[in-house]
Amino acid sequence: MFELGLPYIMAALLALSLNAYVLFGGADFGGGVWDLLASGPRRNRQREVIAHALGPIWEANHVWLIFAIVLTFTCFPAVAARLGTVLHIPLTLMLIGIVLRGSAFTFRTYDSQHDTTQHRWGRIFSSASVITPILLGVTIGAVATGRVGEERAGGFVAQYMEPWLTPFAFSVGLLALALFAFLAAVFLTLETNDHDLREDFRLRALGSGVAVFLASLLVLLLSSDQAPLVMAGLVGSPWALPLHLATGVTAIAVLAALWFRRFVLARIGVGLQVSLIFWGWVLAQYPLLIPPTFTIEGSAAPDTTLRALLIATALGGIVLVPSLWYLFHIFKTVPADPGARHS
Amino acid sequence: MSDLLAARSQMAVSLAFHIIFAVVGIGMPVLMVIAEQRWQKTGDGIYLELAKRWSKGTAILFAVGAVSGTVLSFELVLLWPEFMKFAGGIIGMPFSLEGFAFFTEAIFLGIYLYGWDRISPRAHIWSGVAVAVSGAASGIFVVTANAWMNSPAGFEIVGGQVTNVDPIAAMLNPAAFQQTLHMTLAAFTATGFAVAGIHAFLLLFDPLNAFHRRALSIALMVGAPAALLQPLSGDISARQVAAAQPVKLAAMEAHFETMPGAPLTVGGWPDVAAGEVRYGIKIPYGLSLLAFHDPSAVVKGLKDFPREDWPNVPIVHLAFQLMVALGTYLALVSLWAGLTALRGRDLAASRRLLQAIALGGPMGFIAIEAGWTVTEVGRQPWIIHGVLRTADAVTPMPGLIVPFLLFTLLYCLLGVIVVWLLYRQIIRSPRSAEWSRIYAPRGGPSV
Repeated sequence: MFELGLPYIMAALLALSLNAYVLFGGADFGGGVWDLLASGPRRNRQREVIAHALGPIWEANHVWLIFAIVLTFTCFPAVAARLGTVLHIPLTLMLIGIVLRGSAFTFRTYDSQHDTTQHRWGRIFSSASVITPILLGVTIGAVATGRVGEERAGGFVAQYMEPWLTPFAFSVGLLALALFAFLAAVFLTLETNDHDLREDFRLRALGSGVAVFLASLLVLLLSSDQAPLVMAGLVGSPWALPLHLATGVTAIAVLAALWFRRFVLARIGVGLQVSLIFWGWVLAQYPLLIPPTFTIEGSAAPDTTLRALLIATALGGIVLVPSLWYLFHIFKTVPADPGARHS
Repeated sequence: MSDLLAARSQMAVSLAFHIIFAVVGIGMPVLMVIAEQRWQKTGDGIYLELAKRWSKGTAILFAVGAVSGTVLSFELVLLWPEFMKFAGGIIGMPFSLEGFAFFTEAIFLGIYLYGWDRISPRAHIWSGVAVAVSGAASGIFVVTANAWMNSPAGFEIVGGQVTNVDPIAAMLNPAAFQQTLHMTLAAFTATGFAVAGIHAFLLLFDPLNAFHRRALSIALMVGAPAALLQPLSGDISARQVAAAQPVKLAAMEAHFETMPGAPLTVGGWPDVAAGEVRYGIKIPYGLSLLAFHDPSAVVKGLKDFPREDWPNVPIVHLAFQLMVALGTYLALVSLWAGLTALRGRDLAASRRLLQAIALGGPMGFIAIEAGWTVTEVGRQPWIIHGVLRTADAVTPMPGLIVPFLLFTLLYCLLGVIVVWLLYRQIIRSPRSAEWSRIYAPRGGPSV
């Protein structure tokens, strides 16, 4: 069922970079969610662990989104034009969220360490971390409904609001938020050596794991009515059953690993689980980029462009992969521990 | 305000805001690396303090640059969907390469900022070098894409359809070399002089402070050579514009009548209705000489082009004059500083020179804004010169004044905060008696 033409390879690369954004950018957003929801006697130390985990890597984590948009407008220009036109409002709001979040995080790091100042930047950073993933999910959900792809008559509301202002799109937004919070909580269990802090994040991970389950259920319920095409793919395709089984098994395994405090296992598992959910959406839409009209083949740029870009991506990868490995090797394997400083 | 004007204004505000941070991302890493290298070589703690302060400043500015750059990559499709539909497949290549360069820059900046005590000094300084190189590369790729909008290449239009797309030829378009050279030099000039200006200003009040003296000399080492080379690069650029975009050149120079041996108009206010420049000074044969290196060359005037293809002449002319004036000033100050240093004299001993450098502090950035005004407003009414009109590229969505006002407000706010933070965290003089004494000729701290 899968073609191996250039458009399909580029579409796969696009999906991979979005997948990376969901994992890395997602965990990053999730960190902000837990900053907002920091509570209990170790509230400030939780925030410190989060800031320390994000500091060196958050900018790199967000380049995956730039890759995704650049790949879209280079390889599938018509798709980019359509998304930019119909989803102008949620995408603009998402951008404002990204700007506020990134700058507030940096301002907090470098502004005075006085509590009220820190608190003010923290507030902006964490609330933007909640709103932005919802809007990201809304855009994905809107695409899945088919309302972005179809020709719509009518005024401003019909053309620029109704395509994304749907319960289904917002349920996907909630799912994105829950998934990112879940990812972050699981990742954060390994960002501290302090037993109590680790337990804090473990409880948060278990709680948000349940939230992911509930949000998935809501998305599934709404999809039969509002995103029939994606629903049909998720239920009827030959790959559907194995994928759901794999996702389900991974989800249970992650929760079990958390329960038994096997944190490394949980971290690997949660990455897999989120990726499986993401690929479920991708496969359900295949071979459409925007249902019901924009196909991979039909909206692709000329082969000369795709070929040149594939070569450029390969060359870029030669620089990028070792650099990324080096970054994560430096900051994610050596356990430095800000949270333990106080204990 | 029409939707087209709102979209153009939003793009202008976003670019004008982002360019400052992008330029800092190109220039500051070089300063940081030089300071760190000197620290490693001499063991002088001032250099370490400089490297750390500058890297703090870079961290703040780079973060704002990163998020405002993300906004721009989206605004291309949010505001100009028809442009991207047309151009994405042709000119997406340098955008993708820019993505990689920017990714590399972000990675190594993270390592540089947070890795002081996690990696070896050698690895640390090389991370700084990687930031500098990828920062410059990222700027070069983006400007390449802009150059294509001025000199489109690498495709054909047959029967209204784009065919024979050659993304490599599009990237290596005729304006690419000239524009990237000009912009890269501008980035080093602007950053170098902004930093030099701050420290020269502080030296006026605290002339013996060794911290500011060292900062000044490193900043000038980066800014001055670039400022001296810039007029040469400007000449190369202007001749390319003369050949490829004669109407833009005519607007830049407010040149209305086609003629051989065209004079150069300095200053003045272009009266578009009358088709002449008021109060300008005319230098005989100047324009023909500058644009074609031939005093008798024919320079096409605006009146030879259809009226609907003219850009806004007063804006382009004034912005161009401003850029050239500021660039000339910075080149002259660089010459002055260079001669002073070559004679082995103390830069900070001359109050006049310090004042001149301090005055030049903001000029590099103003010149960059003016230069982008020339190239962008000068390309109007086209978004792709001669191929696609800006009015045909804009999104059909109405009410664009709302996002324009939102982003303007957001960026004004961020600008104020950034300036405040930089002032509080980085610029204020370190009050170390020891550092002041090093240069105090008669002994005793000046604090």
